[in-house]
Amino acid sequence: MDYLTIIQILDSMLRLSAPLIFACLAGLFSERSGIFDIGLEGKMLASAFFSAAVAAATGSVWLGLMAGLTASMILAAIHGFASITFQGNQLISGVAINFLASGMTALIGQNWFRLGGRTPSLSGDGRFLPIEFPFAESIGKIPFLGPIYSELLSGHTILVYVALLTVPLTWWLLFKTRFGLRLRAVGENPEAVDTGGVSVSFLRYRAVLICGLLCGLGGAYLATGMAAGFIRDMTAGKGFIALAALIFAKWRPAYALYACLLFGFLEAIAIRYQNITIEGVGTIPVQFMQALPYILTIVILAGLVGKAIPPKAGGEPYVKER
Amino acid sequence: MDTKVQHDSAAPMIELRGISKSFGPVQANKNINLKVSKGSIHGIVGENGAGKSTLMSILYGFYKSDSGEIYINGKQINITDSHVAIEAGIGMVHQHFKLVENFTVLENVILGMENSFLINTALNNARVLLSELASTYSLEVDPDALIEDLSVGHQQRVEILKALYRQADILILDEPTGVLTPAEADHLFNILRNLSKEGKTIILITHKLKEIMSVTDTVSVMRRGEMTATLETSKTTPQELAELMVGRSVLLRIEKDATEVGGKSLEVHNLSVMDKRGVTALKNVSFHVRKGEILGIAGVAGNGQTELLEALGGISPATGTMKIDGEEIPLHDKGSDARSRREYGVSHVPEDRQKLGLILDFFAWENIAFGYHHNDEFNKNWLLMDNRKTREIARQEMAKFDIRPPTPNNLVKNFSGGNQQKIVLARELEQNPKVLIVGQPTRGVDIGAIEFIHQKIIELRNKGVAILLVSVELDEIFSLSDRVAVLFDGKIIGERITEETNESELGLLMAGIEDGPEEQPAMESVA
Repeated sequence: MDYLTIIQILDSMLRLSAPLIFACLAGLFSERSGIFDIGLEGKMLASAFFSAAVAAATGSVWLGLMAGLTASMILAAIHGFASITFQGNQLISGVAINFLASGMTALIGQNWFRLGGRTPSLSGDGRFLPIEFPFAESIGKIPFLGPIYSELLSGHTILVYVALLTVPLTWWLLFKTRFGLRLRAVGENPEAVDTGGVSVSFLRYRAVLICGLLCGLGGAYLATGMAAGFIRDMTAGKGFIALAALIFAKWRPAYALYACLLFGFLEAIAIRYQNITIEGVGTIPVQFMQALPYILTIVILAGLVGKAIPPKAGGEPYVKER
Repeated sequence: MDTKVQHDSAAPMIELRGISKSFGPVQANKNINLKVSKGSIHGIVGENGAGKSTLMSILYGFYKSDSGEIYINGKQINITDSHVAIEAGIGMVHQHFKLVENFTVLENVILGMENSFLINTALNNARVLLSELASTYSLEVDPDALIEDLSVGHQQRVEILKALYRQADILILDEPTGVLTPAEADHLFNILRNLSKEGKTIILITHKLKEIMSVTDTVSVMRRGEMTATLETSKTTPQELAELMVGRSVLLRIEKDATEVGGKSLEVHNLSVMDKRGVTALKNVSFHVRKGEILGIAGVAGNGQTELLEALGGISPATGTMKIDGEEIPLHDKGSDARSRREYGVSHVPEDRQKLGLILDFFAWENIAFGYHHNDEFNKNWLLMDNRKTREIARQEMAKFDIRPPTPNNLVKNFSGGNQQKIVLARELEQNPKVLIVGQPTRGVDIGAIEFIHQKIIELRNKGVAILLVSVELDEIFSLSDRVAVLFDGKIIGERITEETNESELGLLMAGIEDGPEEQPAMESVA
């Protein structure tokens, strides 16, 4: 395995991690506020479909992005209504949103485009194109450090950079601002927030909508950045992998980044090496490699990575006691 | 008190006029009028459900009153939510603290009052203010400590600091001493006196008459949603207050004759319990209780009381030995469960009656049989239970224990706390146990029922039953027990004869200080 191969694997790791980072941080905002959200998957899927559909129809990826964000935030608002205003069961609402998104995208997609649930392939302005950093080619010739700039960092779509920047932004928002302090408090003890004269519902709605926004970015990236169009159920469990990463990260932004990079790395390896042959063991089948991220998800969700303490008020609707 | 006379001419700091509030058919507050003058400490006493907390929640904006007016400093204010109350200078220290446990003290103090989008300035301001307040009112607390690492007493200080940071002129404290050691409670009262000297107005809600007597200037009594009297504390007595609360005369302290104590009935040796997190909650506890004797287990809540009760009641496994009348009975695995304990003659009145003692959605007559439902008296034959007979037994026991309403066909959740407790007691006491283990028998029970429950326990002792009484109420320990052991951090830290000790000595033990001052003159402990 030469140096350039490693750089290339890391390059696709970044590319593959971006949607996970968006979804993971989306979940972080929601769960830190005390609203569990297993509907990350559904929101991403809805955004992926509507961004690709609108981009295909108008030829503008930016209009597509807007449509994707809107779709995702509408689903987030529904989850908010169910779990904040109507104090319903957050898991059931999340499951419903996943089913809704999966069924709705396939149905509308078939009705609009008659391509078996796909959208037409996007090209040109219809999708996000890689951004080449200035002087990438010449700097790339510098031995060792050059490729890090030209191959690894340069050449991603804008949403990958947005994803990476969202991590420090989330940290700053969470730990340095009034909004973040209240957000963290409301997920731990909503009564403390309420008696402090701050509205629990408004705070949670804002968190849920930010969650929708970030899921929307992740979904739009899947359909218009990473791929060139929407395919049925294209999120393929990424929303759930992001949830696992969130638990792995113990609800902290920096750790969320590391966890998502790890999942992205496993995916990159699986794509790069379809069959790995290990001396004395034999060939590891490609199916196993592809299953690795999901296996890791199960391991994490089974609590094998140590104790992860979720926000204390998570999953519980806030009802003022008598 | 003399200094406060000057305020009387001015408008009262707080004035409530004709406050009424109903929850469905229940009228929690009926036409309440109240005036509290600036800089005074005003107590509100009343039984559970008398409407104290509802009234204060209206003042703090948690509920909206159906009618009535609130004046703060002479100005009428429509308190629609907590935010308005805070703006009006009202701060509240709730019975259950409203703190974020994994936040620092500073973060908790500024929460909701950050003043700007970035929290750095607020944190720094709060740090300065906290050190000022600490020196003015002896409210010391480490600003960077996490709440979960602080003792309950310190957590309470944080609540007070929160209110002061919001520039509260009026401080409402709801049952503030329930979780404190006597020393911590004394410290709190000193703080309250300091605050009132600085012109803060304080409302103290409590059911402990002794606290009212020692710290308040004026006191109001509430009964069944009405304010029955407002008195100057110096001109009243605990006896008078208790009568106003209950509406009839009550015995604050049960008369208890000396009895013949027999042999050791319950012996416990080196009892240890691990809790669910794997922490040793009880460490090598040994004691015995003789026939006709009440051993009180005192201590601040959370020092192993729950684990002790559950181990002895057969609910959770333990190590060590436990003997009933010399016969060793298993503490774990086979033969160690609640049913076998009952068969050995151990009755258990659990501390949490709603979780462990009763099924709230079942009828009273069903609850009367629970735990003993396999006994012959409740069954027709090997298959069928005798419901008719069970109902009849329930009717008799309910009459005997003065349970109101005396209807067996009533769901247990529809009884008041005191009557629920009496149902548990009726069930356990009527089985003629050899040993009675009873936890917090009067928690959340009103004064009238406390008197009755205490009498029943004494009656049982006089019959020669060995009784282990676990209670966090020192008054209860003093009025019932013959001997008292203090539980601290899972260990018995000291044991005394009740007649030969006093509250301050036990208080030191409860705080974990083993070598308390010996032989102080016995202080008369009145409720």
